[in-house]
Amino acid sequence: MIDEKKIVFTDNSKIVIEALVEAGADVFIGYPITPANLLYHYASKRFPVFMAAPDEITTLQWMTGFSASGKIPVTATSFPGFALMVESINMAYMMELPMVIILVQRLGPATGTATTGAQGDLLLLNGMISGGMSVATFNYSNEIDCWELSAKALEFAVKHRTPVILLTSKEEMMTKKSVNVSQLEPIKKFEREFYSSAEKYIPYKPEKNLVPAFLPLGNEEHQVRITASTHNMRGIIQNSTVEAINNSKRLHFKNLRNISEYTFYELDEDENADTIILSYGITSQAVKEAVLSLRNDAKIISYLIAKTILPVPQIYFDILSKYKNIFIAEENLTGQYKQILFGNKSENNIFSITDFGKMISPSAIIKEVEKYV
Amino acid sequence: MYRKYLEDGELPFCKGCGHSLVANNIDLALQKNNYSILDVIIVTDIGCHGIIDKSFKTHTIHGLHGRSVALASGISAGINNPNKKIIALVGDGGATIGMQHIIDAAHHNFNITVIVHNNMLYGMTGGQPSEFTPYGFKTTTTPEGMKRIGYDICQIAMTAGASFVSRVFGTGDFSDLLSKAFSTKGFSLVEVMEICPSYGVKANPGMKLKNIVEEAGLEVKTFVDKETDYFKTDVRTNTKRLLLDEEKITINYNSEIKQPVNILLSGSAGEGVQSAAELFAKAAVSSGLTVSKKGSYPVTVGVGFSSADIIISPNQILFTGTKEPNVIIITSQDGLEFSASSIKNSNNAIIFCDSSLSLPETNAKVIKCDFRNKVSSKNVSFYALLYYLNFSKVFPMEAFIETIKNDKLSSRLDWDKLLNFS
Repeated sequence: MIDEKKIVFTDNSKIVIEALVEAGADVFIGYPITPANLLYHYASKRFPVFMAAPDEITTLQWMTGFSASGKIPVTATSFPGFALMVESINMAYMMELPMVIILVQRLGPATGTATTGAQGDLLLLNGMISGGMSVATFNYSNEIDCWELSAKALEFAVKHRTPVILLTSKEEMMTKKSVNVSQLEPIKKFEREFYSSAEKYIPYKPEKNLVPAFLPLGNEEHQVRITASTHNMRGIIQNSTVEAINNSKRLHFKNLRNISEYTFYELDEDENADTIILSYGITSQAVKEAVLSLRNDAKIISYLIAKTILPVPQIYFDILSKYKNIFIAEENLTGQYKQILFGNKSENNIFSITDFGKMISPSAIIKEVEKYV
Repeated sequence: MYRKYLEDGELPFCKGCGHSLVANNIDLALQKNNYSILDVIIVTDIGCHGIIDKSFKTHTIHGLHGRSVALASGISAGINNPNKKIIALVGDGGATIGMQHIIDAAHHNFNITVIVHNNMLYGMTGGQPSEFTPYGFKTTTTPEGMKRIGYDICQIAMTAGASFVSRVFGTGDFSDLLSKAFSTKGFSLVEVMEICPSYGVKANPGMKLKNIVEEAGLEVKTFVDKETDYFKTDVRTNTKRLLLDEEKITINYNSEIKQPVNILLSGSAGEGVQSAAELFAKAAVSSGLTVSKKGSYPVTVGVGFSSADIIISPNQILFTGTKEPNVIIITSQDGLEFSASSIKNSNNAIIFCDSSLSLPETNAKVIKCDFRNKVSSKNVSFYALLYYLNFSKVFPMEAFIETIKNDKLSSRLDWDKLLNFS
């Protein structure tokens, strides 16, 4: 983007909003909530269309309306607002309308503490769609991710006609850092394709990669039927016919099949290591610092930072299965990603490093890992 | 009747239901306005009325209970073309749960027509009352009759700013009225009064719709019909890029530090803590350091403590959380209270503290400074950081002075006093 080293002092919220607009997002609709306010603020200056909704249900409904009209909408919120959005996210998911929802995690339960970070919403995301379907979820680990992953998440949403979640947290979105923005590669605007055949348009007929071709409401060539209720390929509501049930199942398998091309992670392996630390989001930087320190002390250790969080890419299991000891570091009470990956049963070789109400520090990680390494 | 927008054949409603009449009148009214079929978008939601979408040849979208008006608002703003006719259908149940959306859509004056199918109860779930059920009207769960009056949605929509609002009996041909609503630019709402043949008639035998409406005090008339500025989506084509236009920080200075330094500046709201910390951080960047900074303050930003965590480092900063600070700078009692635990737990820190404050017991090295007597409260955070920099020389003082002087804040600072450290 810039040909010489350009250092600015900025926050990741600004990087995320710029990346999404450059990738082709058209409209930001939102309701202010800490710690997502910076995203809202920057969006009000940068997005081609910015609309202030009166609440989070309306936010998602307006976004769905824009999406059905062929636009690419974005919002940003935190758990209290996200909770209100859940039914409407299910709606957009069933309607197969793309959008990007940035979830900036803060300390819960309920309103909790608006200005304290957390990683406590992952299990909600994993079970958010009634029926157990997956929603593509990506989590930044640093400012480069804020740039690149934002664009990729938007691309995934539009290409596969689905809502995606960009998961982050207060500390990631509100901390200012010196950033060399010349290392941010230019983002090419995503050019979406609309249905262009003269043949009758069937709105939910799966095509390439299980994704139906898209046409906006209001087009003058073909009738478009969109619905959130169980429906057949023509968008007609049906009571649990085989065709309709298969259509609903397809929504899950569409994400599952296509996530492999959008699997992003950082793996730093020591070939002699029998211990690996897995993390994501804000805690991943503490893990990197801990690993540097452990290696300085001649400890042999690997780390894996997950950026594509859901649906869980198979390669994470392949990587982790090579290790004797697996540590999973995340800022919530019960080890949510550990539960998603390995269930609730205690395994002798899988350890949670968790905290609640404060960031997990490198020293806390080192202390846990040194018990076994 | 000749149907242009509806499929031929039976409509999906119970025998005698007014919803069929509404659908037929929509078709007739659209014919009168001569819309092409694909210029019409029918937005439905949950409730008996919502199963009509499969009978329309137009574009259709079927969403969540009570949200059709919000969804239609989004479609209208997204399409942004007044020649498209967007019609949101909603029942009295949906209008109850989604009242906010109706008020809000009228308030924005979105270019949509809302048709409220008011049959005075929840037909799809067994005939329970809605907030539109009139006083005395019996339902399956209020066999003695409703004990409060129902909403007058027409009055509500009119007050909220709708361009066209009318109430009509759901009998006979009311397509002229719908046609008028459809041709209105902006938000129009028509409430169609019906009685549910399955639950309303059974629970209230012999009652006539006309009498119910009259007794409820609901006027059957056009409440408002005006030309207004309807909602147009403001599409901006050349917004300023956020990063390209960001101020570039040139590295003009050099720092000698070999290890990261974690600095906690803790003071009071309104005393420039965040501004001073930000400019200090930028000055550190201009000295070739890597920097992170975050603020803490109550949600009521204008009162109480305000603190900033700054990390300056010769290397990449990974973990940006608060470790034990190396330096704690306290300029006020609020700041002291906020940083009390950091002070108590500090073993290796150096604390710069205003001389008026009484510190808790600590193993840290404490330097008392006359911050508040030397400068005004507006200058105190800048003074404290300049004082610390003069003492520690973690990067050149000139870098900080230059950064402050290049900022618009500079003119508000008392430079005669800021650089006097004696």
